[in-house]
Amino acid sequence: MKEIQREEIYGYLFVSPWLIGYILFIAFPVVYSLVISLYKYTLPFTIKFTGFSNYKEIFYDPLFRTALYNTAYYTILAVPLGIIASIIIALILNMKLKGISYFRTIYYMPAVISGVAVSLLWLVLLDPSSGLINYLLSLLHIRGPVWLQDPKWAKPALIIMSLWQSGGNMIIYLAGLQQIPEQLYEAATIDGANSWYKFWRITLPLLTPTIFLSLVLSIIGSFQIFTQAYIMTGGGPLNSTLFYVLYLYQKGFQSFEMGYASALAWILFVVVLVLTIIVFKTSWRWVYYEAEVK
Amino acid sequence: MKQKSSSKWQGMLLLTLKYIVLIIGAILFLLPFLFMLSMSLTDSHELFQIPFRLIPRSLNWLNYKEAWTENYPFNLFLKNTIFVTGIFILGQVTVCSLVAYSFARLRWRGRNLLFTVLLSTLMLPAQVVIIPQFIYFSKLGWVNTYYPLLIPWIFGRGAFPIFLLRQFYMTIPLDLDEAAKIDGATYFQIYYKILLPLLKPALGVVAINGFMFQWNNFFEPLIYINEKAKFTLALGLRMFQAGEFGTYWNFLMADSVLVALPCFIIFFLFQKYLVQGTIIGGGLKG
Repeated sequence: MKEIQREEIYGYLFVSPWLIGYILFIAFPVVYSLVISLYKYTLPFTIKFTGFSNYKEIFYDPLFRTALYNTAYYTILAVPLGIIASIIIALILNMKLKGISYFRTIYYMPAVISGVAVSLLWLVLLDPSSGLINYLLSLLHIRGPVWLQDPKWAKPALIIMSLWQSGGNMIIYLAGLQQIPEQLYEAATIDGANSWYKFWRITLPLLTPTIFLSLVLSIIGSFQIFTQAYIMTGGGPLNSTLFYVLYLYQKGFQSFEMGYASALAWILFVVVLVLTIIVFKTSWRWVYYEAEVK
Repeated sequence: MKQKSSSKWQGMLLLTLKYIVLIIGAILFLLPFLFMLSMSLTDSHELFQIPFRLIPRSLNWLNYKEAWTENYPFNLFLKNTIFVTGIFILGQVTVCSLVAYSFARLRWRGRNLLFTVLLSTLMLPAQVVIIPQFIYFSKLGWVNTYYPLLIPWIFGRGAFPIFLLRQFYMTIPLDLDEAAKIDGATYFQIYYKILLPLLKPALGVVAINGFMFQWNNFFEPLIYINEKAKFTLALGLRMFQAGEFGTYWNFLMADSVLVALPCFIIFFLFQKYLVQGTIIGGGLKG
């Protein structure tokens, strides 16, 4: 009896560094930002309650729509393509060949660096006249676009850049692949199944839990794309790379309209939440759980 | 007999094909780095020459020295970044391992509920909390200090490292705790003396991930740090790009290489742990 109580007290004690931090730095700010979103809160000194007027204003704000569209565009292409690329690379790197570990290292390398340095590198790679990408295209006799200077090609350019960094997700899939029991493949071979059949009937179904996890995390991550756009394009040309968080940053930390930016943040939160719920709700249709068999 | 040798040839052909695919992929992934390296070694007046050359006419190693020291004090930025990253790793490893211990091995009411709350923070975009945080950190006088980069991320955030460490704790048999308890060990001693040493590889994974995150962190430093003397490397690179020397792409690439270098070194040294950590972290499913 006494021991159980002691365990409970220590349980609370040891979890408290996180719990207190959670209350102060997450729970409270989340509520506080909802409150601020109802104010005209402009630094330094304007604080006035205006009800839902920020939300109304956002509804008619063409830049908000542009930002939401750009972010959705980026997410819809970058997330599925990223997942497909990671799975393909993971399948290739899962082959039992001599020296495969060196190849794994190479494929993973782009995912190791992030942020400003990568953005600067790709700014150079995508340079229309002296960049590597258009040089490679010219070897194939293709005249490359002007990428980041063209509103049509700026977003695809950033998507290609994100695919180069698929190595991070690839590792997750590699881990997933290595957990698939070898006996399943052996049994299928005895039954005369070919590789194609094995992939669709064994590999892919057993990877769905991994796909599910990486889908949720990738959607959340892709809605927060910021550094690439900030460094490489500043949102241009013609706002074609004005992504949601970049717009939020401009409103909150360049024109210091904190109320407006908070309302933007809450809309982002709701959008991400709804998407996550949709993924969760549909998951029973396509995610395979071994526990169901038991 | 004839059939056997033809299938052997097929096997050889398939193997060759596999290696060709692997090598082409590797080249595609590596080329940008080679380009970066090549540009960082190019002479200033040879920049952006057409036709394109992957290997510059002469390798100018002095670029590195000039880029790092001449225009902006990158040594100072390096010192700042090492400081912030170091404190961050230390704090995160300490706090998360203790919290994960409580979640994994102690029984208390509300534990499962709080664990769900913890995991749900993974889905919260950081931007939702950044504005209120900015408002009250400004009031606390924390602008131009490193507290906003450290305190909320060490406490409160960190769902992923806590989750990862909890998974690792679960792989250690509970008998160890029971035996220690019988010997009169306190809960803190069990955590500190018995479990923590067994957790070293996992702590390593958390430390490496923490390093990669904070070393490259850009959003928070951009918002909170505007005093040049307190800039981190990421901010320094940005200032270089946006400033009057921003057209010297060879220097910018040289600095980018140097900023990225520690990430590569750490990755090469510890890649075994990273993969292992991901495998156990993969248990997040379900």
